Formats: sequence, structure tokens, C-alpha cells
Amino acid sequence: MSGLQVRLLTRRLADATYDGSLAAYHADGGWKQFERALTEMTPDAVIQEVKDSGLRGRGGAGFPSGLKWSFMPKGADKPHYLLVNADESEPGTFKDRLLMERDPHLVVEGAALAAYAIGARCVYVYVRGEYRHARACMDRAIAEARAAGLLGERIFGGEFALEMHTHPGAGAYICGEETALMESLEGKRGHPRPKPPFPAGFGAWGMPTTINNVETVATTPVILEMGAAEYRKHGTEASPGTFLVGVSGHVERPGVYELPLGIRARTVIDDVCGGVRGGKALKAFYVGGSSTGLLPAEHADVALDHDSVRKLGVMLGTGGLIAMDEDTCIVRATKVLADFYDHETCGQCSQCRIGMEWSHQIIGRIEAGQGRPDDVDTLLELIDNYSGGKTICAFADGAAMPYRTAILAFRDEWDAHVRLGGCPFESSARAGMERVHA
Amino acid sequence: MKQADAVLSAELRAEFDAICARYPQRRAALLPILHRVQETLGWLSKDAMESVAEYLGIAPVEVQGVVSFYPMYRREPGGRHHVSVCKNISCHLMGAEALFAAIEKRFGVKPGETTSDGAFTLQAVQCQGACGYGPMLDLDGAYHEHLSADSAVELLECLE
Repeated sequence: MSGLQVRLLTRRLADATYDGSLAAYHADGGWKQFERALTEMTPDAVIQEVKDSGLRGRGGAGFPSGLKWSFMPKGADKPHYLLVNADESEPGTFKDRLLMERDPHLVVEGAALAAYAIGARCVYVYVRGEYRHARACMDRAIAEARAAGLLGERIFGGEFALEMHTHPGAGAYICGEETALMESLEGKRGHPRPKPPFPAGFGAWGMPTTINNVETVATTPVILEMGAAEYRKHGTEASPGTFLVGVSGHVERPGVYELPLGIRARTVIDDVCGGVRGGKALKAFYVGGSSTGLLPAEHADVALDHDSVRKLGVMLGTGGLIAMDEDTCIVRATKVLADFYDHETCGQCSQCRIGMEWSHQIIGRIEAGQGRPDDVDTLLELIDNYSGGKTICAFADGAAMPYRTAILAFRDEWDAHVRLGGCPFESSARAGMERVHA
Repeated sequence: MKQADAVLSAELRAEFDAICARYPQRRAALLPILHRVQETLGWLSKDAMESVAEYLGIAPVEVQGVVSFYPMYRREPGGRHHVSVCKNISCHLMGAEALFAAIEKRFGVKPGETTSDGAFTLQAVQCQGACGYGPMLDLDGAYHEHLSADSAVELLECLE
């Protein structure tokens, strides 16, 4: 229901005729905050306002954005870069696309503000290769801004100069990881870099760099416009504000909704999205993209904020809530994800490269009804061997989350696949299960 | 004549010069350049990769390493059209498997194959960021969403 939405970032999108042009954005107060920042605020004042707002990054990790900006070294002896992460590839995530396609100037103004705050004179928006339309919308907005003197030299007559370009990815999920993104931007294979050094000290081309998600930068003009205190009236104390939730799977009205942080998952599914499709019962849901882990329906009352979901062993991630109805086979869903993680590991760390392949094999044979008696326990042990910070980046942990949570919450289903030699949700195996129970 | 001049047209090279100017190092232009070469030639042949390497002043193996890493780059010629159907979780829950089955039944192709008349190459791809609007497919770079098995087949029947 639209009544539960709190439209701060998406307020212009409530109007279906809004075309995202510079004229339309400008008519609604757009680009005013960038002008105000450049003429009335120091970069540190912008950072302070964002710190005061409590904004946490919307790209998955939930790191405080103002604090991240403050890590950038002061002084202009080296070029500083802002990279906007528009590689949106986490399964179930489709929110940044909405902002770039429908209100690209909000993203461009937000990126310009972030660049001013960290002293960057050049912004690259790394857009996943498949998002051709989103990239074209961003290119148009950047060109309009440049023509209007909002980008370029001596913006608003002052000293600040800024260039901005989009850069296409080419289909590799790992490039959404911030250090892989930098490698990819440099024209290389997307292999994550060990940290430290952290990007603020040694980033793109070895220069101080900040990487921010699209939604994060798009929230910046909103915070400056309404003020940190007003922004904090939404959401929770530790997770203030609103966030974009992309709901997919078995709900009546899937889509992207702007909602206050702390809203309950059940409210999103039942009230915002009209409930589970066809009047069926909810079985489970991925909280914020597949890599954040799965919760069974009994946890649907969880508040969607960083700390509440963490208490249940999952993460808020990128706001991609994937709902599954009572007829869904959890082993089958996990097999679909195992295909994904096996395909997308960059292959750099042996634990991950071999672990993804082996997990894929075991999950595949359990799903195919050829599981061995000790397979489920072997899989859990294997997951422990590649998760928990044993690799250069968090990819392996991201695969471990949906695997482990699916096994722990639905162990009986995994065991049934092994015992019955097939899926208990398919008629032939269901007959077999009924025979077992008879 | 240098190889790069033979494979890459003057117009393309002028475009590439402008792309290179966006970055502090020319090599950063590699991904956008490879996209443009693929759009122009249909796929990335060994000759094309070597020409790009020569243009950027890097070793051919560096270009091959990048091309083989990124799934969107095609190292073999395909059909006249390219169809990528999402198979990941959100589209799977909405019936992507029925799309693959219907396409195979009607056109006789599985993912990775090209129809016998060369009309299109089918790929099964990972999440495309259309999760709330699935099942979906990408046809030559444009998304088609809210599909059913029937509407997907109908769409592909129009391809020549």
C-alpha cells in the first residue's frame, strides 16, 4: 500500500509523468543543495551533516557514510576519486536501477555533493553492463548537468571543478565488491584486492578513493534539504531514515518501495505488497539479497534494520527481499543460488574457488535425489572451511549465508531429499514419503 | 598497415580516443572499448582482441584475460540476435524454468545454443536486476519483463 511508503528519495516518482530531465528535477528544487553546499558550506560541514543524519551505506555493509568520507586525506596533492557503485548484481536487488532510470539527476547531484565533501574532482559511476538503459539515463543527466554548468570548471563561479563519467561493467557479479570494482575500472579482471591498504589511502590508480552505493549518494541531497534532525525522525536510532526495498518472489505486488528502516518484514510482505501470492502461506524469505541469508516465516516479525536482523544471524544487505510461499522447495532454491555462486567466484582464493565448486556438486546431487547419507553434514563442514573471513573478500561468506541458513532452518527438507532420493514436493517423491510415513 | 587500422575503423578509433581521455590511464578504457567492438562486429575474435591490445598498447594476453573473465563478452560468433533469459532466484520463483522449456520446445535450443536458422543464440544468465518484474529476458540489450512462457515464445517468433 502506498500509504506505508515514506517518499524522501522517491517523492518525484509518485508522479508518473515525471520524466527525470534537468528541467523537471530543477522545477522540484533539484540541484539546490549542491549550490548551497558550494556557496555556503565547507566540505567538512557537508560531512558533519551526513554524520549527524546517521546515514549508513545502502550497498550492503551498512557502514556509516559520513565516517567513510572523513577517512579521505585532506589536501589536494593527489587526485581524489569518488566511485559510485551501480553494479547492482546481488540476486533480488533492483532498486538502484529505479533511481538511475527515473530520477538520474538525484543520483548525479548526490554524487556531486559526495565528491565535494571528499575533495574529489572526478567521479566514475560504475554501471553494470546489462543496465544499458540506466547508463543511458545517467549519461543524459550528466550531459545536461555539464551543459548547465553544474559540472565542469568553476561551478557556481567558485573554485570547485568536477568531472563525471559512467563506466560499464561486463557481467561479473564480483565487480560490485569495492576493490574488484576498482580493478575493473582500471581495465583488469575483477579480482578483489587485499585490505589493507583501504581505498581511502590507496584506491583507484593508487589514489585516495571513496566508493559509495547509488542509493547512498542519492540520499545526500535529501539529508541536506531536510536537515539531519528531520531525517532522523524516520527509521530507528541506530539505522535512521528510509531505504529502498525491492520485493520479489511470491507476493501479490512485487516492486521497489521506499520504507522507514525498522519496518517489520511481515508488514512489507502483507501490507505493502498485498501478501503472499494466491493467498498461500509464507515459508521463508531472503532478507536483503540472497547473500544476506534466509529466515523462515516464524521470523517475519523481525524489524528490518541493521541490528535487529543481525541478532538473527542475517544481514540487511541491499534491501532485496525475496519471498517464498509454502510450496517452495528450499533445496531447489539453494541449488539455483549454488549455480550462481559457483559461476561468479573470481577464482583468486583457493578456499572459495574449490569451495564453491564442491558446494555446488553436493547441493546439486542432493537436489537431484542422489545425495549420500553424510552429504548435509559434509556441506556444513565445508562451509565452515571457507567462511568466517578466510578469503580476500566477503564473497565466500556471502555464499555461506544462504547455504547455512537454509540448512539450519530446513534441515528436515535436506534430510528428506537424501532419504527419499528425490524432492518431497514433487508427486513421485511425495508418494514415497507418504509410504515412509505410513 | 597496422592490424588495429584494419579491424578498427577510423570512426571507432576516434570514439576510442574520446573514451581514453576520460581516464588517467588509457587501459581503463578497455571494458567500454570491448563493448563497442562487440556491438560493431558481433563478437570478439582473436583479431579484434589483438587490435584492441595494439590500440591500447598492452599485451594481447591482457585483453584475452579480461575478455575471458567477463560473461558479457562473446568469444564465438552467435546468431543474428542474442537472447539472455534470467535463471536466478527471483525469476526462478516466478517461472523462469517454464520459459526455458517452452523456448526449447518451440525453437529446439538449449542455453548456449543457436537456432538452426541462425536467428538467435540463447543464454541462461544470472540476475539481471529485474527481480520484481520476472520472468524476464534481454533481447539485444533491451529488457522484456513480466513474461510468460507463451509471451516469450511469441516475442522470439518475430526474430528474423
